[in-house]
Amino acid sequence: MLRFECPCCGPRDHDEFRYGGDASVRRPAHDDPDPEAWYAYVYVRKNPAGLHREFWQHVTGCRQWLVVERDTRTHVISTVTFARASQA
Amino acid sequence: MNAQNKRMPKGGRVDRSHSIEFSFDGEGLAGYRGDTLASALLANGVTLVGRSFKYHRPRGILSAGPEEPNALVTLGTGGRREPNLPATTLELGAGMAAESQNRWPSLAFDVQSANGLFAPFLSAGFYYKTFMGPTRRSWKVYEHFIRRAAGLGRAGTEPDPDRYEVRHAFADVAIIGAGPAGLSAARAAAAAGARVVLIEQDFLLGGQLLAERSDGAAASWLSRVEAELNSFETVTLMKRTSAFGIYDGNVIGLVEQRNQDCPPYSGQARQTVTMLRARSLVFATGAIERPMVFPNNDLPGVMLASAARIYLNRFAVLPGRKIIVATTNDGAWRTAFDLAVAGAEVTVVDLRTTIPPALVVEATRLGVTVRTATRILNLRGGHSVKRATLKGPDGQFEAACDLVCMSGGWSPTVHLASHLGVKPRYREDIGGFVPGVFPANQFGAGAMMGIYATADTNEDGHRAGIEAASFCGKSAPVPAPSKLDLGETVPALLRDFPCAQGGKAFVDFQMDVTTKDIELAHREGYESIEHLKRYTTLGMGTDQGKTSNFPGLSAMAALRGATIPETGTTTFRPPFTPVAIGALAGRATGHHFKPFRRTPMHDWHLANGAEMLEVGLWMRPWFYRQSGADVSEAYVAEMRNVRRAAGLMDISTLGKIDVQGPDAATFLDRIYANGFAKLQVGRARYGVMLRDDGIVFDDGTTTRLAESRFFMTTSTAKAADVLSRLEFLLDTAWPELRVAVSSVSDEWAAMSIAGPESRAILAAAFPSLDVSNEALPHMGSYEGEWRGRALRILRLSYSGERAYEIYVGATAGEQLWSSLLEAGRPLDLKPYGVEALGALRVEKGHVAGPEIDGRTTLDDLGLGRMVGKRSGFVGDVLRRRPALLAHDRQRLVGLECMEDGKRLRGGSVLFRPDEKATGHGRGRVTSVTFSPERDRYVGLALLAGDLATEGSEVVAVYPMKAETVRARIVSPIFLDPQGERLHG
Ligand SMILES: [Zn+2]
Repeated sequence: MLRFECPCCGPRDHDEFRYGGDASVRRPAHDDPDPEAWYAYVYVRKNPAGLHREFWQHVTGCRQWLVVERDTRTHVISTVTFARASQA
Repeated sequence: MNAQNKRMPKGGRVDRSHSIEFSFDGEGLAGYRGDTLASALLANGVTLVGRSFKYHRPRGILSAGPEEPNALVTLGTGGRREPNLPATTLELGAGMAAESQNRWPSLAFDVQSANGLFAPFLSAGFYYKTFMGPTRRSWKVYEHFIRRAAGLGRAGTEPDPDRYEVRHAFADVAIIGAGPAGLSAARAAAAAGARVVLIEQDFLLGGQLLAERSDGAAASWLSRVEAELNSFETVTLMKRTSAFGIYDGNVIGLVEQRNQDCPPYSGQARQTVTMLRARSLVFATGAIERPMVFPNNDLPGVMLASAARIYLNRFAVLPGRKIIVATTNDGAWRTAFDLAVAGAEVTVVDLRTTIPPALVVEATRLGVTVRTATRILNLRGGHSVKRATLKGPDGQFEAACDLVCMSGGWSPTVHLASHLGVKPRYREDIGGFVPGVFPANQFGAGAMMGIYATADTNEDGHRAGIEAASFCGKSAPVPAPSKLDLGETVPALLRDFPCAQGGKAFVDFQMDVTTKDIELAHREGYESIEHLKRYTTLGMGTDQGKTSNFPGLSAMAALRGATIPETGTTTFRPPFTPVAIGALAGRATGHHFKPFRRTPMHDWHLANGAEMLEVGLWMRPWFYRQSGADVSEAYVAEMRNVRRAAGLMDISTLGKIDVQGPDAATFLDRIYANGFAKLQVGRARYGVMLRDDGIVFDDGTTTRLAESRFFMTTSTAKAADVLSRLEFLLDTAWPELRVAVSSVSDEWAAMSIAGPESRAILAAAFPSLDVSNEALPHMGSYEGEWRGRALRILRLSYSGERAYEIYVGATAGEQLWSSLLEAGRPLDLKPYGVEALGALRVEKGHVAGPEIDGRTTLDDLGLGRMVGKRSGFVGDVLRRRPALLAHDRQRLVGLECMEDGKRLRGGSVLFRPDEKATGHGRGRVTSVTFSPERDRYVGLALLAGDLATEGSEVVAVYPMKAETVRARIVSPIFLDPQGERLHG
């Protein structure tokens, strides 16, 4: 029963969102030929007990991909930002 | 049986002017409005109420609330049948028909209890040893008997005709529990200006105050505060409502029972689930009294001391005449006094040596016999307790009795508070667990915090109400707490240690766990409280061990010589009380279970003989009844018609995505494994996408409508995933690409016309359109208008025939569909369904969902050559991992049935003809169809090793139907390998 403060739509129930994985891993450039870099991006995760940056998409709202900072111990959500802005 | 012969002539909170008829195991009885089923049974002298889970021992009524482990009954018949309901929580209703459980042939004479037949099998660890150990095979032998022997009630098998509701609600302050603490908190929070919801599982407010005399100080305080709360428009009282779970964001799961005054057919929901979101939350859940542990403590007639007081004062039922009150603390003395005042002969048996003098003085005044430093050693009786063996400072002695009240102290009800992870903390001074540190928006008050005296409880509730309101920014001045002092004394209690010589001493009544089971668990090394729970099933019943948790861990602590905190407590999880699945589902049943998606041609399909099929959320025509008697006849006829003349198929369910922007071609070049940058305007291309890990994700076609605008289609199943993935890559990976993607799936109706006559039909339907091979070649496109709506024609083929996909504005879908059929009638154009569609693509060797199953690579599917020397696309690097390039991977092959009159089946396992057909085999059949072209069953398969070469022979085994058929490996393209049909 989490709620996200979507920067576009305001506070919404998490039913409206789709989880998109760990936002702290860096995706290699599209033409990066290094298998190790892709292996790390696809498979290696820290799974922290504490603050976790993760992608969520507001699928039944504005469809923006967001970066949500959530405490995995308490589910307290500290920040929600547009993924586009955080990548720039 | 004397009608209500245990009912006192006056008093209580029952309405004697309103008699209620009910039945128990078929016997007609009567109670009053205001009774629970349990109080009405006791009023009628019914003490034997059920049989226990494993040993089928006779059981009565232990408690007066939701903690009840013994008195579980089944209500209702047919689809309304509901098992395992605690009689102590059921508001008595007219015509209520209750049945006892787990007995055969009757409650009074139970065969399994008489024989004790299975008792030796059912000690702690039985299930573990039987399932996991070397005796695993014996489970097969005993399962039938054990399933009959051990268990609770049986659920109904018919559909439930009742209606349930699910709703959402909001509050500033939600308060769980309307005892003295909760009522005080509600009063304070409301006065401070908060919108308050007060939740009470009972049909009366008051909690423990209902154990007090119905004409005393507690009763007048209660009616005064209730009136005060009713005067607030901002206060919602939810009676008959249990909080079953606390979820993230202070969301409380509530289930409300229908008022028993409303009969089943009144239209009211039987149960309503409310998901209540509160800004702050006050737990005022009270405490649960602990049973004492001694041999035969499960006999009917053994009751919690507080429960006996509730039956007497609230329901005016005196459940015994000759009563022993066994205790470790002051609280149970109040029960003894009230029972004595009501006329019973009462002996208090207190484990403690020193008793507060005031209690002894009062006992003497009321003629209550007092035995200090004394405990119960054993009880005897058949269907009801008759004699007790007691042990005091002067040795053992016997006493006759017809009711035993016991109190091993109190356990704060911390279950709900710990659902979100607040760890219980042991308080030595009260001998119980209280919640640890609450988050800022949660508060605890009263007995659940270990505060027991009513005067203190009220003040504590008042404080919690003010704090909870203040958390929501509501801090209007609040009047002083409404005082109520019942003069209880609450000194430290003596911890009861189980005594277990000479009979079964129960720790968990519902799961039939005895002290011997705990000793066995300890001896075998299952010492951690979580292991103890799973090994003995302690606390795993429908009551969640509300009365057994503390005695269980206390016993283990004693065996280990450890303290209670060292032994720990188990984790409590929702639901606190059982919730019917029907209530959680609400109206989301049957056709309302999920939304249905209908294509623009849906009504036409229904009106024209289509048998519909659910495909994900979509409803699609499966086959048309005029094509054949059943699906196997119809799809082959529809296939033949496509190959011979032409067929029309509704493909509106395909995912459709508009891709626009200066970098659109670059974007598509990255997301597809095959190149799109060089695709000419007006041309379409088949494309395959990979996942980042190199596995095939989805396939479809994309058409270049203009230099910087593309129209993409995806499979029906992956439409949402593909769109989301494209958005993900644009938002997170490549924000520099100037591309926008948008779903246009619902904007277009889509249909495919396939077959040798398709071009002629297209020409007839669109007279001004140049349909020649030069103007509209294979993979060509056309954009225009039809009757004022956008029209798009793509010459694409899925069936292997010359074919066109025709897209039109969704609202004109049915019109265009009908006029195409009209134009095609002279040429035998007929609609076909998804069964034929799938069969046509198998015959042509096209892969689809069964082959693109999240495990296969481009090479596995024979699509590797599409990529050529490209790189830089999604999944390119990891698709070259050694494991994905290994030569022994299963690869796509075609399969042809070699036995006349036999069929291939999807899902069959493939073996060499000379090997034993066991295990996972060398591959599997993914898709099959009858091929009119080959006049036999053909299929696609994924197969490994040398066997996957054309001409090899395999055996396809289908264990579900014990079928075996010989098949030959062939090219997966069964039809027109040169593609002459679709290019022509
Ligand atoms: Zn949004």
